[in-house]
Amino acid sequence: MEIQKTIRKGSVIFSSYEKGSAIKKIIGLPREDILLELKTSKLKGRGGAGFPVSTKWMLTAAAIEDEKYIVCNADEGEPGTFKDRVLLTEYTELALEGMIIGGYTIGAKKGIIYLRGEYEYLMKPLQKKIEEYKNENLLGKSILGNEEFDFDISIFLGHGSYVCGEETALIESLEGHRGEARNRPPYPVNQGFMNKPTAVNNVETLATIPHIITKGAEWFAQFGTDKSSGTKLLSISGDCEKPGVYELPWGTTIKEVLELAGAKNTKAVQVGGASGICLNKTQFDRKLGYEDAGTGGSIIIFDESRDMLQVLKNFMEFFVEESCGQCTPCRIGNVKLLEGVKMIENGDFTFRYLEKLKELAGTMQVASKCGLGQSSPNPFLSILENFKDEILNSVPGGNYER
Amino acid sequence: MLIEEKSSLVREIEEFVKLYGKKRSSLLPILHELQNKYRYISDFAQQEIARQLGIHPVEVYGVISFYSFLNTEPKGRNLVRICQSVTCDMHGKENIVKAIERELGVEIGGTTKDNKFTVEYANCLGLCDQGPAMAVNDRVYFNLTPEKAVKILNEAK
Ligand SMILES: Cc1cc2nc3c(=O)[nH]c(=O)nc-3n(C[C@H](O)[C@H](O)[C@H](O)COP(=O)(O)O)c2cc1C
Ligand code: SF4
Ligand code: FES
Repeated sequence: MEIQKTIRKGSVIFSSYEKGSAIKKIIGLPREDILLELKTSKLKGRGGAGFPVSTKWMLTAAAIEDEKYIVCNADEGEPGTFKDRVLLTEYTELALEGMIIGGYTIGAKKGIIYLRGEYEYLMKPLQKKIEEYKNENLLGKSILGNEEFDFDISIFLGHGSYVCGEETALIESLEGHRGEARNRPPYPVNQGFMNKPTAVNNVETLATIPHIITKGAEWFAQFGTDKSSGTKLLSISGDCEKPGVYELPWGTTIKEVLELAGAKNTKAVQVGGASGICLNKTQFDRKLGYEDAGTGGSIIIFDESRDMLQVLKNFMEFFVEESCGQCTPCRIGNVKLLEGVKMIENGDFTFRYLEKLKELAGTMQVASKCGLGQSSPNPFLSILENFKDEILNSVPGGNYER
Repeated sequence: MLIEEKSSLVREIEEFVKLYGKKRSSLLPILHELQNKYRYISDFAQQEIARQLGIHPVEVYGVISFYSFLNTEPKGRNLVRICQSVTCDMHGKENIVKAIERELGVEIGGTTKDNKFTVEYANCLGLCDQGPAMAVNDRVYFNLTPEKAVKILNEAK
């Protein structure tokens, strides 16, 4: 692969790390100690939903079953997100060791990496790394001589479906089915892969854990804010001079992000990928964090030259394509929202109908079965609200050239 | 399909079932192998996989139709997938698509007459900081210009 390597700066994930050091430290420790450390760190899931890692692992650890699984969610399909690719390419050790620590803590003997099909080129290097870990007894039987700890990692390839990043759809896919989200409860921590307790975690979440183990929960929690501890990898793209992956503490403002990335004449920032929200200039003081502008890490920057209606159309086309079609609010709702966007494009809309569509969007947020349909109205609502002067108020209301 | 072709396909599927195990969760890995080799999964292959895994053929078809990387009709020898998601779109995807369409004489979604290329849109390939991006089979290319994209395709076998 000719993907360029840059020197990466950051205080947690990109800080220095000695291969295997976290594994050496945990082997022999009571699992309660590891769970307590994670609890103190207040680490929350980096895949989007922000569920506390210690709680997820505690629930999986508490389930009484001889077979359990830990899954590394490497399905990274959210448009505008690429940080997991960087982690898997350049920081493979961290992701693998996060899984090993997870296996030890919850009592799983098997870890599975669900790798999106678009990243098939990462299969070989990942497998090579896994072999290397086996040869060094960091994976396999009796890890580092501990006879009670066997753990293996396998890779499962996705086949081009965004919704398979949703954890229950991912499990369906692993079991050989269509990637259709399950009803909850039961939650994967109780009945996941093969109906066994399963912890599904994002690549970045897992990659953070070895640092917390070696450097301590307090060290970790000094970064970020009270409710959002630590740092976040941001995938920055769009209109800026220096796009790429940045590691920044939670609590950083949009304005600061724009400065770092060398963005000029910025009109809009989409936070959280296609399913996130779009902010306008008056909102650039907002802070990244679970308590304010939450994000799985995608930041897309738009300058004054961009047509926000076209941006919205691109997002809605994506959701229409990727909805699994299982539930009505999402299957029909996304089509209706896209139709609405096209009506605006053709200058063929009424404000009354747009109000109806906004109501529909609200219904989708509460009535859809999984996160896809619950969050796909986000760009629709936020773009029409935050850019209404551009999109709705500066047009004559009849056909016009765009 | 010739009888010999059928029986060799049956044997091949037997090998994959042995490799991955006779269980439902082997279905996607087996489909992946066949898709990679034949660039589609024929009716006969679907029935044979179903028989060997002990599931209904409709189940196999249902799975294939769900995943965009699996298909029941043959495609060209090289699958070209151009990212249509937002940042690649902002950075000139349209020009890349036009150039490829002109050069190969095929519209997006189609296959060239000599069966060498199928050209499609893809959703975000995870290379948004280096768009426009495209994938040719399992390789990815980025920072494309129309000229560069065409050159890459000209070098494909
Ligand atoms: C449509 C959809 C797609 C998702 N895609 C991903 C993904 O690609 N990677 C990921 O880690 N989480 C994804 N998630 C979130 C997962 O369902 C799950 O919350 C996450 O993997 C849990 O890991 P974490 O707690 O470490 O964040 C997605 C959710 C939805 C609704
Ligand atoms: S919300 Fe959409 S993607 Fe999720 S289950 Fe319903 S139809 Fe499928
Ligand atoms: S938008 Fe094209 S690779 Fe992400």
